[in-house]
Amino acid sequence: MAKRQKKVPLFERSLVNDAFRQSFAKLDPRIMFHNPVMFTVEIGTFVMAVVTAYTLLASSTSQGSPGYNLTITFILFLTVLFANFAEAIAEARGKAQADSLRKTREETPAKKIFPLGDLYVNEIKIVSSSELEKGDVFICETGDIIPSDGEIIEGIATIDESAITGESAPVIREAGGDKSSVTGGTKVLSDKIKVQVTTQPGESFLDKMIALVEGASRQKTPNEIALTILLAGFTLIFIIVCVTLKFYADYANTPITIAAFVSLFVCLIPTTIGGLLSAIGIAGMDRALRANVITKSGKAVETAGDLDTILLDKTGTITIGNRKATKFHAATGIHEDDFIKACALSSLADETPEGKSIVELAGKDVAKSLSLKDAVLIKFSAETRTSGVSLPDGKQIRKGAYDAIKKISDKEGNIFPAETEKIVRDISSNGGTPLVVSENGKVTGVIELQDIIKTGIRERFDRLRKMGVKTVMVTGDNPLTAKYIAEKAGVDDFIAEAKPEDKMNYIRQEQHAGKLVAMMGDGTNDAPALAQADVGVAMNSGTQAAKEAGNMVDLDNDPTKLIEIVEIGKQLLMTRGTLTTFSIANDVAKYFAIVPALFIVSIPVLQSLNIMHLHSPESAILSAIIFNALIIPALIPLALKGVAYKPIGASALLRRNLFIYGLGGILVPFLGIKLIDLVVAIFI
Amino acid sequence: MNSEIFGVIFMFMATVVLAIPFGKYIAKVYAGDKTILDPVFNPIEKFFFRVSGINGTKEMNWKQSMVALLTINLVWFLLAMLILLNQGWLPLNPDHNPSQTPDLAFNTAVSFLVNCNLQDYSGETGATYFSQLFCFMFLHFVSAATGMAAAAILFNAMRERTTDQLGNFYNYFIKSLTRILLPLSVVVAIIFMLNGMPMTFEGKDTIQTMQGDTVQVSRGPVAAMIPIKHLGTNGGGWFGANSAHPFENPNYLTNMVEMIAQFLIPLAMVFALGFYLKRKKLAWMIFGVMTTGFLCLVIPNMIMEQHGNPEIARMGIDMGSGAMEGKEIRFGTPASAYWSILTTVISTGSVNSMHDSFMPLSGMNQLLAMMVNAFYGGCGVGILNFYIFIIIAVFISGLMVGRTPEFLGKKIEAREMKIAVMVTLLSALLIKGGTALACYLFHRDPSLPWLNNTGFHGFTEMLYQFTSCNANNGSGFEGLGDNTPFWNISTAFVLILGRYLPIIGPIAIAGILANKKYIPESAGTLKTDTLTFGIMIFAVIIILTALSYFPALALGPIAEYFSM
Amino acid sequence: MKSNILPAIKLTFLCILFFVVAYTFVVWSIGQVVAPNNGKGETVSYINSKDNLKYGFVNIGQSFTHDNYFWSRPSAVGYNAAGSGGSNKGPTNTDYLKSVQQTLDTFLVHNPGIKKSQVPVDMITASGSGLDPDISPKAAMIQVARIAKVRNISEEKLIVLVNQHTENPLLGVFGPPKVNVLKLNIALDNLK
Repeated sequence: MAKRQKKVPLFERSLVNDAFRQSFAKLDPRIMFHNPVMFTVEIGTFVMAVVTAYTLLASSTSQGSPGYNLTITFILFLTVLFANFAEAIAEARGKAQADSLRKTREETPAKKIFPLGDLYVNEIKIVSSSELEKGDVFICETGDIIPSDGEIIEGIATIDESAITGESAPVIREAGGDKSSVTGGTKVLSDKIKVQVTTQPGESFLDKMIALVEGASRQKTPNEIALTILLAGFTLIFIIVCVTLKFYADYANTPITIAAFVSLFVCLIPTTIGGLLSAIGIAGMDRALRANVITKSGKAVETAGDLDTILLDKTGTITIGNRKATKFHAATGIHEDDFIKACALSSLADETPEGKSIVELAGKDVAKSLSLKDAVLIKFSAETRTSGVSLPDGKQIRKGAYDAIKKISDKEGNIFPAETEKIVRDISSNGGTPLVVSENGKVTGVIELQDIIKTGIRERFDRLRKMGVKTVMVTGDNPLTAKYIAEKAGVDDFIAEAKPEDKMNYIRQEQHAGKLVAMMGDGTNDAPALAQADVGVAMNSGTQAAKEAGNMVDLDNDPTKLIEIVEIGKQLLMTRGTLTTFSIANDVAKYFAIVPALFIVSIPVLQSLNIMHLHSPESAILSAIIFNALIIPALIPLALKGVAYKPIGASALLRRNLFIYGLGGILVPFLGIKLIDLVVAIFI
Repeated sequence: MNSEIFGVIFMFMATVVLAIPFGKYIAKVYAGDKTILDPVFNPIEKFFFRVSGINGTKEMNWKQSMVALLTINLVWFLLAMLILLNQGWLPLNPDHNPSQTPDLAFNTAVSFLVNCNLQDYSGETGATYFSQLFCFMFLHFVSAATGMAAAAILFNAMRERTTDQLGNFYNYFIKSLTRILLPLSVVVAIIFMLNGMPMTFEGKDTIQTMQGDTVQVSRGPVAAMIPIKHLGTNGGGWFGANSAHPFENPNYLTNMVEMIAQFLIPLAMVFALGFYLKRKKLAWMIFGVMTTGFLCLVIPNMIMEQHGNPEIARMGIDMGSGAMEGKEIRFGTPASAYWSILTTVISTGSVNSMHDSFMPLSGMNQLLAMMVNAFYGGCGVGILNFYIFIIIAVFISGLMVGRTPEFLGKKIEAREMKIAVMVTLLSALLIKGGTALACYLFHRDPSLPWLNNTGFHGFTEMLYQFTSCNANNGSGFEGLGDNTPFWNISTAFVLILGRYLPIIGPIAIAGILANKKYIPESAGTLKTDTLTFGIMIFAVIIILTALSYFPALALGPIAEYFSM
Repeated sequence: MKSNILPAIKLTFLCILFFVVAYTFVVWSIGQVVAPNNGKGETVSYINSKDNLKYGFVNIGQSFTHDNYFWSRPSAVGYNAAGSGGSNKGPTNTDYLKSVQQTLDTFLVHNPGIKKSQVPVDMITASGSGLDPDISPKAAMIQVARIAKVRNISEEKLIVLVNQHTENPLLGVFGPPKVNVLKLNIALDNLK
């Protein structure tokens, strides 16, 4: 699925520079305040700065040497800076991604049509795209860049959308119907269209997305809020631990320096997750953007991880757009080769995908041997519901649906062969479409057309099933055909002969059972269902109404994108969970580093608790806070890339993550602090 | 020696074996199914409700239940104060003991009301038969039933449906009394009396010993009180020495029965949850986590106590029976060590040996048992405390599997986290803050006559007192001179907060969750009845609760241990 | 809240009637039948040192400090059965350790010929209740030599007596063995 995910190095130089500047700007307490964990670290840094100043001026040694205090102040400052950097780099990456999209829509000339009186008169003036407002109408001709998102109100055009989607094949857009929407920044390749602007400048989805990534309008998602509460709770618990410790130490006549208190506190509070939390959230949206999905809110990405049910259109998602001929069934008494020739002949000039597939199935040799000289082509018409060819020798070959051909056959007084009728039924019940062929009103056989299920789609659905997501196929086919394809593709359920309101009802029904439902759609008649669904993904090629109704827009118009979106959502939550676990598990080692260091001067017997055999109390405290600071940048790549999701079932996933991030979180700091201590000991 | 270890193992196994069917019975009682005692008690209950003007079948939401709970608790508090302040002239006072001072009465009333039974008085001199029965024993019954009724509301809220109708508090309360606590109490009382526990209204007897000394022997209707003292995990004993007293615990058999009695309902509640929700695997998971925690505490304790006090061993004597200071011959070291952890993991707080004289790390394990307060936990409230840990563990591990956390089909969101965090914070604040306050006062004025032991051990005595109060446990490092206005009043406030918020918090979470949409399970749903999730809860308990006391414990028992 | 107060008071009143008055009465009535000494505590008679016929409670330990009796354990409350309690001394308390050492020294002085390593720990540590009626069989045995000498009875006879009064673990499998000091000393007095 990652076919077009744009690969950008995690730390691109220009982004790092930008993020570096931003991490200082974010030191502003008014901004820090929104992250309670890191805010307390900033306060700690400030306190230590004051203590350092005091030790310099007062020449008292009760609080340790100025150099020691200064070092701690500096490390704490770095801790805050690292956390800010994590957030800034995530923002910078998201912004860079958004900018590359935005570039396409920078100032372009627009041929705006000005209304005069009540009538539109073709008075066209060239204005800047930024002057276009909602409701304005402009025209675009071959070679023009479309200046703004809008809806075609007149004309048809081929459009190159590669700037947005990366897909080089041009697409056709026309007024009316579901393919009327155009995106700013794309290029008209042929023809001329009249377009009405649908968004105010600065309010397009992309603009909204950029604002989300930049943090200006980023709101915390429900899970993020709950996690922040939990982390704030931990922070408060450790405030209590540290403040009360002062009194215990007084009782035990064990003086503890302010530096030690602040260090203990900073080490115990979950700075790792606290520092990376917003970076993880931004990176989640950024990943969505890299998958060419514009989300209207961070919440939508999160919800995607929770999805229980996904509604997928059959055509284009599960099957390749069109049916293909898969087999020729000649009627009894008809020579197979002759039948195939006849079929190929009747389809040679047929430009429909079905027709092409018949010729393809017949084989190149057959096709070459045939000639359409002087033949009259009969195109498919709604009236006859057949198509075919009338040859110069008077032979009339027709192909069409069973009842249409039967009518012809009956008219000629021929009996419809029973075995052919049986074949027709069999094909239908196997999910195929029978195309009956007649020659001069006499049935010669049946061409079997089958839906071609996309390769690899079954595995995708298996993967979704393992994630706990139910897939539902939506199709206009009859229930028999639908069932066959559903089974073959491995979807869990299907809606056959679906009308738009069926989708809506199905979504409501699932939601009533407490499930979260996603669907993808493009048409205006999908809009209510898109709005009803918990995650509604509108295709970029879809109508404006559809895009407004959904909460995501897929720039690639790829119906299987939902699967990717689910994984992005799950990754987002998982990354938060695992880093929280890691952060909390780290406390075990930090306790064993700092607590003995606090007391061993006054209570030498507690040296036994120094199980890591750290060099001295000062080196132990320094090592612990250095580790605490360094672990933040060390985990930035993980926060940005996200923890890999494997659909192995929730329990197995928990076991795996608990092992890696829980047990790892307990062991890694023991090792890290010891190593840092070995280095620090050299300098003390 | 083997027979002593064997006795302990038997006690544990026997409790588990009894708790499973009893849990099934409790589940039936709360589900309103037919049970064997219906013919006897149904009419009595109806009479109770009719006379009180209560509609026992009216469904309440969680807020209504909590209001009812708090109101009736307030009534009991006032009643208890009234009795204790006037016990001197009230009847049934053959020993002519005086009324309690206001601060002592406040502490005692609160302490019994909240199922803690911290006793800053001594039963022989500080209470009368009237206050023992009408105040203490009464509160033994009703405070236990309060906790159980709260647990029943929790059970009801955890069912798979969306509702705010969570049963009737009064109904659960009365059912807990009549169907569970009362019948068991009568049975246990008979066993006790057969084994020589006194049941008399006569006052002190004066005897002459063989050596010719004149000694007064306190007695009383002990056998009525001691069964409910244990069944309700109350722990407030008749005599000062609690269940170490030969009249309150005459022999090894009564010792076994007392231990099984205090353990039975907390354990059965876990199984009852499984039967009630038809999620037996969940119950076994909870049982597994609790038992692991319990064993991690009790086994080291038994080993350390059996090993004895190294300072005394240095005198060169026979240390065969372990650390015998504060322990009784008829129970022996293993059963005493086992009891000391059992009484602290569940919130009984009765003792058959003196915790103050335990080895330092044994004392630490007793503290940890109360700090966690959810390895089994008190009568009904244990499961409420554990519920908070489940919520936090579900939240973290739910995120870890990439899904908005949900427990039993209900999404856990910011509001629930807020309450869970507040409850966790509260216990940290009460224990650590209370101890800090005491340390501050003592540091300012070391002449305060509080501590029976100096140094590290003295610190542990203060820490133990607040820990015991917050956990509503009631056991103590009794060396602490705690009948002073400071201790009486400060601990009373800790007791109130440590009781009602940890009841209201979980019930509020459960009530809010019950009202949420039920989400059916899927392959992506985190299973909460697995070993992995059990490990997760255990880790959350250890890291969040136990480890946060590490600095404090380092200054108390750990420092004392290393200085030995 | 308001609507709950009156029902709460009424319910409380009924609960007291039922769970305090009725329950206590039932237990008391059963006790009159099943409990030893009608629930007043099991007693045993003896002629005390003042040659009076007296009784004591089997379960309540008495202070025995005379050399002609088996000593009971040290008690923090001096066997005051109207004020039970333990020493509540911490294991590292230096004053406490000193007093234990003194108890040990006193014991050794009164029991010459007994080695320190023979003294069981329960003989020099105070019980939890201060009223422990029992000592360990070992603690009884190391006093045999002293009592034999004071009372002029053969040690063999005394060993048999101690063995007779050693109560085995419950059902032979649960808990420690023990010796009830009061009963042992009564038997000792009765020994001819």
